[in-house]
Amino acid sequence: MTTANRVNDFTIKIATVNGTGSASANMLLMKSIFRSGVPVMGKNFFPSNIQGLPTWYEIRVSRDGHVARSGTVELMVALNPETYARDVRELAPGGFLLYDSTWPRPVLLSRADITVIGVPLAKLCNENFTGVRTRILMKNICYAGALAALLNLDVDRIRDLLSETYGRKPQLLESNMKAITLGFEYTRAHFPCPLPLSVERMDRTAGHIMIDGNTAAALGCVFAGATVAAWYPITPSTSLMDAFKSFCERLRIDPDTGAKRFAFIQAEDELAAIGMVLGAAWNGARAFTATSGPGISLMNEFLGLAYYAEVPAVVFDIQRVGPSTGMPTRTQQGDLLSCAYASHGDTRHICLYPADPGECFEMAVEAFDLAERLQTPVLVVSDLDIGMNDWMVREFQWDDAYRPDRGKMMTREQIESLEKFHRYLDVDGDGIPWRTLPGVHPKAAYFTRGSGHNQFGAYTEDAAEYQQVLDRLMNKWQTAKQRVPRALIDGEGSEIGIVSIGSGDSAVREALALLRAQGVAIDYLRVRAFPFGEEVERFFADHQRVFVAEQNRDAQLRSLLTLETAVEKAKMRSLLHYSGLPVSSRFIVEGVLADVRGAAGATRARRERPAPAARTGSDAAGESAATSGREALPPGKTTTTA
Amino acid sequence: MTFIAKPKVTHPSLPQNALGLTRRAYEGALSTLCAGCGHDSITAAIVEACWGLSLEPQNLVKLSGIGCSSKTTAYFVSGAHGFNAVHGRMPSIATGANAANRRLSYIGVSGDGDTLSIGLGQFCHAIRRNLDMLYIIENNGVYGLTKGQFSASADIGSRAKRGETNRQPPIDPVLLALDLGAPFVARSFSGDKRQLVPLIEAGLKHRGFALIDVLSPCVTFNDHEGSTKSYAYTREHYEPAVRADFVPREQPITVDYAPGEARQIALHDGSRIVLRKIGAEYDPTDRAAAGAAVQARGGSGEYLTGLIYVDAADRHPEFHQVNATPEAPLNSLPFEQLSPGSPGLRKVLARYR
Repeated sequence: MTTANRVNDFTIKIATVNGTGSASANMLLMKSIFRSGVPVMGKNFFPSNIQGLPTWYEIRVSRDGHVARSGTVELMVALNPETYARDVRELAPGGFLLYDSTWPRPVLLSRADITVIGVPLAKLCNENFTGVRTRILMKNICYAGALAALLNLDVDRIRDLLSETYGRKPQLLESNMKAITLGFEYTRAHFPCPLPLSVERMDRTAGHIMIDGNTAAALGCVFAGATVAAWYPITPSTSLMDAFKSFCERLRIDPDTGAKRFAFIQAEDELAAIGMVLGAAWNGARAFTATSGPGISLMNEFLGLAYYAEVPAVVFDIQRVGPSTGMPTRTQQGDLLSCAYASHGDTRHICLYPADPGECFEMAVEAFDLAERLQTPVLVVSDLDIGMNDWMVREFQWDDAYRPDRGKMMTREQIESLEKFHRYLDVDGDGIPWRTLPGVHPKAAYFTRGSGHNQFGAYTEDAAEYQQVLDRLMNKWQTAKQRVPRALIDGEGSEIGIVSIGSGDSAVREALALLRAQGVAIDYLRVRAFPFGEEVERFFADHQRVFVAEQNRDAQLRSLLTLETAVEKAKMRSLLHYSGLPVSSRFIVEGVLADVRGAAGATRARRERPAPAARTGSDAAGESAATSGREALPPGKTTTTA
Repeated sequence: MTFIAKPKVTHPSLPQNALGLTRRAYEGALSTLCAGCGHDSITAAIVEACWGLSLEPQNLVKLSGIGCSSKTTAYFVSGAHGFNAVHGRMPSIATGANAANRRLSYIGVSGDGDTLSIGLGQFCHAIRRNLDMLYIIENNGVYGLTKGQFSASADIGSRAKRGETNRQPPIDPVLLALDLGAPFVARSFSGDKRQLVPLIEAGLKHRGFALIDVLSPCVTFNDHEGSTKSYAYTREHYEPAVRADFVPREQPITVDYAPGEARQIALHDGSRIVLRKIGAEYDPTDRAAAGAAVQARGGSGEYLTGLIYVDAADRHPEFHQVNATPEAPLNSLPFEQLSPGSPGLRKVLARYR
C-alpha cells in the first residue's frame, strides 16, 4: 500500500462463513459510510449454499466515486479460519488485518509487511450474550463495531441505521448496539484509532441511493405498468421477482376491494414461464419474466415463436457463470450470444445491456415500450454483479407525463372501419404490422402460429410468401436500430478506443482515468443495445485499434460486433475477464498497458498471472491470490485472437 | 386445403341463435385432416356447442399446441383469436392469456402426444392452478403427423399399423386429472355427438379447469384390427355412464326426469348441468368413486364415458380467486392504477438513501 493519503480511498474485504448473518453487519458498514457522504460500493462473493461455506464481502470506499473493484485490498477482516491463509496473502503490503483473537492464529501465516489487529470477538460475545445463534450473529455485529473504531465511523449514525431496521424490536436494537459498543470500545482501548485508512465526512452522496439492480428492474416493471409476472426460481434472478411481488403488494392493491392489480405466477419451469408471458402479452397485458442462463436455454423455443409470430415479451436475464450449471452465485457476461440469437432458424432479438441499477430501472420501462412497439421479445441482459450487489447510483427520476407505448394496437373503431384485418401486412413501410386483441371485435380475429405464414396470417408453405414475411421481419429489425438506446461515447481524437458492455462500465471508466494519468488517452464506447446503431460502426471506423472488454472467455461481444458490423477483426483486442468475480479497474489498466507498451509490457503482465496449477487449486472464491497483495491477475486474458 | 373457399352465401332459413347468428358464424377454415378423422367430428361438436351457447365469437380464445389435433382450432369459430403454441406448451399460453383477461372463454385443443408426453408437465400444472378453461384432448393413441408412432395413451397390447405391439402402460388423462384435483372431468367419443355437445357446452360454462378426453380414432394410422383406439373397438367398448345435459341460464328444464334419476349442478353463471346416471353404479360427484369406476372399467378394456366427475360444491378456487385479481381484466386496468408516479417513487426510494 502506498503511503499516500488513503482517507476515503481504500477497500475492505470481509471473509466470513455464509449463513452467520454477516450480510446485515456489512450492510450496516456500507450504509454508515454512504450516509457520511462518502461514495461506497459493496460486492458480495457468496457460495451457492445456505450455510457453512466461505463468503466474502468487499466494500470499496472511493472519494472519487469509483464503483468498480479496485483490484487491491487494504483492510482484511479475516474471520474464517478456512480461508485465513489466502486472505492474509491477498492483503496489500502495508495493509491492515483484523482477526478474531479469541483463538491464536499460526504465526507462519502472518506477514512482516502488514499490521495485525486482534480483537477477541467471540470471547466478547460469549461473555455478554447467551444462546449459540445470538453469539454467532452478534460476533458479526461486533466486528462492525471494531471497524467503526478503526475507520472513525460515526456510532450515532450506526445507531440510527439499526433503529431503522429494528425500530419495532427494541430488544434487538439494544443487543445490536451492545455488540457494536463491545467491538468499538475494545478496539479503541487496544489500538491506535483511527487507522490511516479512515472515513471523513464528504458531500458526494447527495441525490444518490444504494440499491441493487434486481430491485431497480422490478421497480421499473411496476412503473411501466406490468401486470403479469411469471417465472421459475433461479439464482441470481429470483430477487427481481421477489422485489416485484413485494412492491406490488404495497403499491398495487385496490384500496376498496383489496384486489391485487397484478398476477404473480410461479411457473413449473422456464418453458412455462415464458409461455405465460407470451400468452399474457398476446392478450394485451404487459408481462415479463426473469431468469438466468439455464432459463434462457430452456426458453429458446418459445422465444423463436415470439420472434416469428411477433408477440411482445420482456425477459430479464441476470447472467451468472456458465457453462451448464456453472457457478450460480458468481457473475459473468456469458449469455451475450445466446440471448442475441436465442432459438433455431433465422432468429434475432433486441437486447438491452444495463450497466448499473439506474439503467436497470430505465431499461425495464424502455423494454416494455420497445417490446410492444416492435412486437417482439426484448431481453434485458443484466448480470449477478449488477442484479445482486448494492450500487451507489443517482436517485431514479420518473416523468409523470410518461404513458406506455402500446405500439400498433388497433382500437375497436379502427377495426370497425376496416374491410378485413390482416395481421402481418406492412401497411406503414416500417416493417411493423398492426395487431389486435382478443375480445374486441370478430373482424379482428387472426391465428397466431409459429408455422409458416403469409402476410395475411394464413398458413403457407409457399416459398415467396414465406420469404416475404421473413424479409419484412428484417425491415422491422432496421426500424429497431433507430429505436433502441444509443451506445454512449466518451472522449475524442485518440487512435485507440475501448468498447465495453454492461457491468464492465465502471471498471473501464476508472481504468481510463488511471491510464490518462499515465499519458495514455483512449476513447470509450459502451454498447447499450443490440442491434447496434450506426454510432458503433463509426467508432470502429474512427479508431485504429479497439479494445473490447467483456466478462467471458469466448469474446462474445467481439463476435457479435464482428458478425453485425463492418469492423475488421484485426482491429480488435480482447480484454477477457471470466473468473466469476466482477472485473477490476486494475485488470483493464494492465491489459491495455500490456498491449499499448508492446512486448515488454505483455511479458510483465503474463508473469503476474497465477500459474495454472494455482488456479485449479483455488477454492470457492473462484480466484486465488497467487501474488501477495495483488488481485489474482488476470483470471481472464488479453488476446488479439478469439 | 386452403385453396378451396367456403361459400359465403347462406340459406335464409338456417336456424339462428340468441345473437341472430347461424352455425356458419361459428365455423372456421376448411379442415386439412384426413377424410373420416375423428377430430373433424369434434370440431363440428365445438361449432354446435358455441352456436348453442350463443357465444360472441370474439369472446372465445382458441389455443392449441402442435399435432393433428392442434391444427383444428383453425377449423372452428373464425371470429375468435387463435394461438397455435409450440409442442406441448399450450397450457402456459392459456395461463398467461387467462391471467391477462379473465372475461373471455378459453378453449384448448390438444392431442395425446401434445398433452401426455411433451406437454405432461404443463397439463398437470394447469390443473393444479385450476385455470378457467375447457381443455379437450383429441385422443387417438398415435402420433399422426410423424406417421404412426405410439403415444403415451396407447394401451398395453394395442398393435400399431406397422405390426409392433405396445408393452408400456398408458397414461390415462382422466385418472390423472381426477388425481390432480380437476373439478370437471369427462370422457367422450368423437362418434357420439349427442353426448359430446352438451359436455362441451357445460365445460365452457363451468368455472375452473374442465377436461374432456375425447376418443378420436385416427383413420390413417390407428384404425386397424388390433388397435384399441379404432372406431370399431371404441364403439364396442365404450360405456356411457353418466349423461350430462347442459341447461343454459335462460332456459327452464324441459325434459322430464324420473324422480331420483337426475341431479342438478348449478354453474357459476346460473346455468345448470343435469346429471343422469346410465348403468354404472357410482356417484359422479365423488372423486374417489369416479376414479375407482374408471380404473375398474379400464382394467377390462372398457372406456367409461360421460361427465365422470364434477365438483358439485365448487370447492376449488380457480386461478383468479387464488390470485385475488380484480373483477376487471388486468389488461384493461388504466395506467394510473398501475404506476405510482413520481411521488410514489420518492416514497419507495426513501429506504435506499
